[in-house]
Amino acid sequence: MSTLTTSATTSAPAGRFAQALPVAIFLVFALLPLLAMREGNGYLVSLGARIMIFAIAAVALDVLVGYAGLISFGHAAFVGFGAYAVGILSAHGIADALIALPAALLVSALYAFLTGIVCLRTKGVYFIMITLAFGQMAFFTASSLAPYGGDDGLTLAARSTLLGAPFMQDERAFYYLVFVCLLGSYLLCRALVASRFGRVLRGAKENTVRMAAIGFDVYRFQLVAYVITGTLAGLSGFLLANATEFVSPAYMSWQRSGELIVMVLLGGVGSLNGAIIGTAAYLLTEEWLSGFTENWKVIFGPVLVVVVLFARGGLIGLVSEVARRRRHD
Amino acid sequence: MSTTLLVVQILNGLQLGVLLFLIAAGLTLVFGVMDFINLAHGVQYMLGAYLAVAFYGLTGSFLAALVLALAAALLFGLLLEFVVFRHLYDRDHLDHVIATFGIILFLNHGVKVVWGAAPLSLPMPELLSGSVRLMEGLNYPVWRLVVIASGLAVAALLYVLVTHTRIGMLVRAGATNARMVSALGVDIRRLFMIVFGFGAMLAGFAGIMIAPILSVEPGMGDTILILAFVVIVIGGIGSIRGAFLAALLIGLVDTLGRSFSVDLLRLVMAPSPARTVGPAIASMLIYLLMAVVLYVRPTGLFPAKGR
Repeated sequence: MSTLTTSATTSAPAGRFAQALPVAIFLVFALLPLLAMREGNGYLVSLGARIMIFAIAAVALDVLVGYAGLISFGHAAFVGFGAYAVGILSAHGIADALIALPAALLVSALYAFLTGIVCLRTKGVYFIMITLAFGQMAFFTASSLAPYGGDDGLTLAARSTLLGAPFMQDERAFYYLVFVCLLGSYLLCRALVASRFGRVLRGAKENTVRMAAIGFDVYRFQLVAYVITGTLAGLSGFLLANATEFVSPAYMSWQRSGELIVMVLLGGVGSLNGAIIGTAAYLLTEEWLSGFTENWKVIFGPVLVVVVLFARGGLIGLVSEVARRRRHD
Repeated sequence: MSTTLLVVQILNGLQLGVLLFLIAAGLTLVFGVMDFINLAHGVQYMLGAYLAVAFYGLTGSFLAALVLALAAALLFGLLLEFVVFRHLYDRDHLDHVIATFGIILFLNHGVKVVWGAAPLSLPMPELLSGSVRLMEGLNYPVWRLVVIASGLAVAALLYVLVTHTRIGMLVRAGATNARMVSALGVDIRRLFMIVFGFGAMLAGFAGIMIAPILSVEPGMGDTILILAFVVIVIGGIGSIRGAFLAALLIGLVDTLGRSFSVDLLRLVMAPSPARTVGPAIASMLIYLLMAVVLYVRPTGLFPAKGR
């Protein structure tokens, strides 16, 4: 397969651009509430939080897709597990983040471990489809949870508290909590892919047989990566449930998993920065186009096809390509 | 759990099975021969149903609608192949997934724009709309039997095509080693196009046949697509025989699981939790089955490729 060519075209642009980009991204996110406050625009803050929440899942997915070459088509299920942990605990009157957050992370990690054991035995197309199928399994299970709203989902009584204090109720406090979570996830993933562990993953993406031949138990490395990224998606789910104060099986639908992959690809696979930019691009496009028509996906679908056909490497690839041409002129 | 109910559910399971086979056959061939992941296969099934409704509105005859919709489904499949897919064959799977996902978004919402979001229905042919008495106290709709029979007929036709014709031989060879076939002087692109168009037509046929039973609505292809994925993964990608057996297996397991899970669970637990747990287990059943099959045989029951 042409995995070699994609990694060549999508590898992070070298030099200052790649170093300055994450700083710029996080600076924008850090300053957004100040800007929004001056305009008296609370909506912008919640949109920013939403982007960062999905970016956490997208960055994690990028580690799998871009670095390990494992195209997981069921990543929304982890988000859903994290969200349902919050929802179900809240339905039983347990709303403290000190219980809900570890529960959300633990459940999604456990689910990632159990499905990872089976999924990672398969390769390529089979892996895509088995992760898809497990995602659907989680979706249908959530839909049939009659005590917790079934198809309709369930509404949280309130956002999670911390030792009884409702600190998430304040939009800006919540925003910065999400910000810290995204920053932490980003740094963790960055460290992960730069480490020896990350190099093994990349090596296995290029050539699994060769990595095995030089003595690496690739399966175990991939399983650990799968569990870590699944747990991060669970964190995203914990925040998503708190942001919307609502939990629904729709969080786990396979369209959501597809959207997460789209977010990663839109920004540029295998750079982590691209995942954040792609998430922002996707959600902002959604905001913008859905202003014209409720069937905005009629426009967005063909855009995706065009992006795949002509803009390989996503937005980051596009920008560095333009920059490269300018330098040559 | 009476015998009549069991027979009815087995027939329903068979019907779901042949439906899944019609979709999975095209999907598994496209996978097997071209190594191409076509998520948009489900919307082609949906489109078949919509086209049939549209042509029925124009002609007022089910047969004419069937023929016209089949032709339109074939043409549309070829158009998609020509405009989008043929540029993606030498890309990696990620690009396939995203591009076909884009097509799903486009078509799912496109039919909403054209035909509206409300479910439509296609009346079944007058002659076949009754029910037939199969045994004591069991009347079964004729149309469902027609669906089963036509699915089995297509399966037989495919078997003959794949094992006893020149083009079938090329398809089998392509599924085993496409590059070698190409090196031997076969125009592999044209073969791809034929396989793709045929697969799209089969999916459209499934959509048309099921339209009188189900409601025709946007997104109807999505759930069936995932089931078809489960089928080809269990059957082994590229294998028609595997797809057929796995489709029947999945159809039966899913239908019987949904009908009898609560009753079975009540044997071991109280009625109230059984009513809650039963549906959850029933909807997980086929995925668990797939997990077990893949754990034991990571390339499915009848893998076509000798990798």
